[in-house]
Amino acid sequence: MDGMSLLTITVLAVFVGFEVVSKVSSTLHTPLMSGANAIHGIILVGAIIVAGQATDGWVLAVALLAVVLATANLVGGFVVTDRMLHMFHGKKEVARTAAKADNK
Amino acid sequence: MNILDPVWTSLLYLVAAVFFILALRGLSSPRTARRGNLIGALGALIGVITVFLSMRLDNIPWILGSIAVGTVVAAPVARGVKMTQMPQLVAAFNGVGGGAAALVALLELSHSEDPWVRLAIVFTLLVGAVSFAGSGVTFAKLQELMTTRPVVFPGLPVVMAAVLLAAVGAAVAIVLTGSLVLAVLLMLLGLVAGVLLVLPVGGADVPIVISLLNAFTGLAVAASGIVLGNVLLVVAGTLVGASGTILTRAMAAAMGRSVAGILFGAFKGGSTAGSTAVSERPVRSSSPEDVAVLLGYAQRVIIVPGYGLAVAQGQHTAAELATALEARGIEVDFAIHPVAGRMPGHMNVLLAEANVPYESLKEMGEINSEFRTADVALVVGANDVVNPAAKTSSGSPIYGMPILEVADARQVIFLKRSMRPGFAGIENELLYEPQTSLLFGDAKDSLAKVLGAVKAL
Repeated sequence: MDGMSLLTITVLAVFVGFEVVSKVSSTLHTPLMSGANAIHGIILVGAIIVAGQATDGWVLAVALLAVVLATANLVGGFVVTDRMLHMFHGKKEVARTAAKADNK
Repeated sequence: MNILDPVWTSLLYLVAAVFFILALRGLSSPRTARRGNLIGALGALIGVITVFLSMRLDNIPWILGSIAVGTVVAAPVARGVKMTQMPQLVAAFNGVGGGAAALVALLELSHSEDPWVRLAIVFTLLVGAVSFAGSGVTFAKLQELMTTRPVVFPGLPVVMAAVLLAAVGAAVAIVLTGSLVLAVLLMLLGLVAGVLLVLPVGGADVPIVISLLNAFTGLAVAASGIVLGNVLLVVAGTLVGASGTILTRAMAAAMGRSVAGILFGAFKGGSTAGSTAVSERPVRSSSPEDVAVLLGYAQRVIIVPGYGLAVAQGQHTAAELATALEARGIEVDFAIHPVAGRMPGHMNVLLAEANVPYESLKEMGEINSEFRTADVALVVGANDVVNPAAKTSSGSPIYGMPILEVADARQVIFLKRSMRPGFAGIENELLYEPQTSLLFGDAKDSLAKVLGAVKAL
């Protein structure tokens, strides 16, 4: 893809990024940070590309290190965010969970 | 494998990018947050599968093995981490992401002739390395492997300026020559810069720096997308860079600080005011039974939870106490400071874990006017977020931070481990006020004793 198209996409993505989180409540600051953190783990795609094109031993070694780090960022980020969000309940859900616990 | 032709590859990357946008959108509202996160994970999965199907890749067994290693290391840690230790885990995951981006850029240097691509490479190298090292220091601070106070030494600004100048010099030389040796040097300079950037940041400001470094990693990923000509990386990285910037500013605003003030405030000196010295002034201390009587015969109680509650894993006991008081017809709310815990929004997560319904979790702006009508404000392991010094003492490191106005309540009870000052390292005048009494001990123990005494009333 040519430079101008990439620049266009980048600038549009900046505006989308500003727009989607412009009115986040402080309740969700931590999960949002963690979720955004997971998303940049997509650098894994880049790490896979360089590892897949490596012909040298040391290049492959460094690329595989990048794959491990990126995977940790990606997988760990989504898992920990999910765990955090799992804990948010409304009043009704709390009552339901409590009722379930009583029935056991 | 060239299973997908380029059009399908581009379309699938577009779908993944849209999923990331939907994920961020979902994450900004409590109702849709969990689904948003899952959509993001699905987007990532689509992206990773697409890269395997779209081009000829060698070393596939090695790559799959490395992905397995990364998963096996990260997933159990993410599953098992205590919710109180989550901020440092987020910092760690952010750091490794930045490190991965820097390594990818380093390896692409030998394939690049275009000066613009080389410029993107030096940017990724530097920013990725800063993010990696900076996140390492925030991790060490939050894990209390090192002091949480600002670390400043004479000449720090000079050293920082020298490192940045050298980095700019190396960057220019790399763009001109494509030298791999200089690229490694630039990465090392980035690591030093990352450490120097975060060392002077103290205490409660650390989470904001995590958010800032998160945005940095996003930008590094976007730049590596330009290097590789991969649109998904460009879009995902830019989204995180932009949303992370907004989030950083929102967090800083919740503490009444500017981002520049947080990063460079300690350089100016004087902001490390406050001491760990324990004051000799007398305070009123109470027994759990006294506290139970105060609570049990109140009409309105506001509980103010803080990091001490989180460390003691006392959130379940606090929730039980609230239920027991509500059973006596008392109106109970939790007042949540935006930075209660160790990270903005952290306390909401902890209390949600204890099944406190989110209707009972009141944010600062909502609850501050209600302290006037409260019979008792029960402060559990919080200190800085209720410290009036934030309003009155201009030399204080927390000056300007909005606080919970617990001083307006008729009675204030502090559950504290000791008279040691809180995270910010400053004394709290409120402890010596006549309407204040203290119950010393571990937050969970104290709450359990108070709970027992309330039930026995």
